[in-house]
Amino acid sequence: MSARAWFPPLLASALALALVFLMLPVVAIFVDTSPARLIDSLGDEGSREALWLSLRTTAVALATIVVVGTPAAYLLATRSFRGRSLVVTLIELPLVLPPAVAGIALLAALGPKGILGGALEDAGIELVLQTAGVVVALTFVASPFYVRLAQAAFQAIDPTLLEASRTLGASEARTFVRIAIPAAMPGLTAGAALALGRALGEFGATLMFAGSFEGITQTVPLAIYARFGTDFDAALALSAVLVAVSAGILLSVKLVARSEVLPDARA
Amino acid sequence: MRAAAWAAVAAAALLAGCGGDGGGDSPRLVVSAAASLSDALGSCSRSFGGADVKLSFAGSDELAAQLRRGVKPDVYAAANTELPEELHREGLLGTPRGFATNELVLAVSEHSGVRSVDDLAKPGVRVAIGSSSVPVGSYTREVLGRLPRARTRAILGNVRSNEPDVKGVIGKLSQAAVDAGFVYRSDVTATGGRLRAIHLPRELRPMVVYAAGVVKGAGEGQAAGRYVRGLASGRCAAALRRAGFGPPPG
Repeated sequence: MSARAWFPPLLASALALALVFLMLPVVAIFVDTSPARLIDSLGDEGSREALWLSLRTTAVALATIVVVGTPAAYLLATRSFRGRSLVVTLIELPLVLPPAVAGIALLAALGPKGILGGALEDAGIELVLQTAGVVVALTFVASPFYVRLAQAAFQAIDPTLLEASRTLGASEARTFVRIAIPAAMPGLTAGAALALGRALGEFGATLMFAGSFEGITQTVPLAIYARFGTDFDAALALSAVLVAVSAGILLSVKLVARSEVLPDARA
Repeated sequence: MRAAAWAAVAAAALLAGCGGDGGGDSPRLVVSAAASLSDALGSCSRSFGGADVKLSFAGSDELAAQLRRGVKPDVYAAANTELPEELHREGLLGTPRGFATNELVLAVSEHSGVRSVDDLAKPGVRVAIGSSSVPVGSYTREVLGRLPRARTRAILGNVRSNEPDVKGVIGKLSQAAVDAGFVYRSDVTATGGRLRAIHLPRELRPMVVYAAGVVKGAGEGQAAGRYVRGLASGRCAAALRRAGFGPPPG
């Protein structure tokens, strides 16, 4: 074997190893569940409620993340100011926080005894053990995924493009909406897909901050956990549903992103 | 150069391999125990009769589910007798022994207006309980089932969270997310005065017995047997009494 011939097979076996390791548990979920069981679990009132709650809270969280995160990421990507890298690091911090820490942190900040607890109570806002609390937990853990990728996408835009828009008389706001966002769209979509996946799967912070109650705060991951102790098959079937839903959303986001990018690429 | 790099990798792998059982010859005893036992057992079992004890705490139901899926600790200790009996009938656990008792109480935070179980039915009172699969949750439902039907319904209507284990209920209480919750007396003792226990009327009180057994096919069967016996009499029994658990029944 020549000195170089070993390297490509090494790469291939690393990829094969990663693929098998990552796919085996996911495949096992479906191998262990019969399709009939899967449909049964969708007929279960509690499971349907959990799924509906998960989709609703994730949608609200994602909308909040995109509306606030896009301009914030644009600012971080296009301006340099003192303390910018500190701000970037702070925004990324929830990425590396364990979910349990996120839950404790949210309680310490927004819980009844938290630093803003009194102010929230005066304003009549109740988050803990409420559906709104689930949205807060999802937004907290998922937003860095979006902001990070959005910032990278905005940074990758050729600055002369934005410059040209401004020289031609477009306002800053118009440049952002008409030039920057379309140009960054693939990155924004990828970020949104990642944030969505993270939000749909959120468990620890939700349990600690929002609790677990059917129809109010028990999202699909919490419902899976609740079934684990009593009915493993039901937990497995609900897991399969979550995998299918997540994969479906991921796939459609990718398709939408491609159909939006292609015309631009041809132009 | 390259040879040196490979040697370094091999040495690192070797070191990592050795690190796994750095404890030497002492046997390793893995104990899966109910979440409510965490403070008492944590203090008494760091080393037990020369064995290196590893404790894993969660809801008793969750630990039982792990056992059924092939997880093999050496000892299983639950907050009821039903789960160990079931596992025994399924051939997964040796004969279980009752080793301690506890009392289900109503726990409230310092400033809570809740004074009795009846107060839980008032509108606006926020309650946390264990989910129906975990022992503390089934004891709670046993209590509620002994109340007049309308009151039970009103109280269940005030439940804001079904927690996966008793520590979850304590957490919601100590963060003032709820006004009251059903937990064990020993859990309130463990908060060192931050929570207050309201005793339930005698006719409502469920019988809370903890039982443990040696897991069938345990790697450390003998040490596991000694550990289970030591829960009823010995250092861990003393730690359990200090933590607010009662002596085993009978």
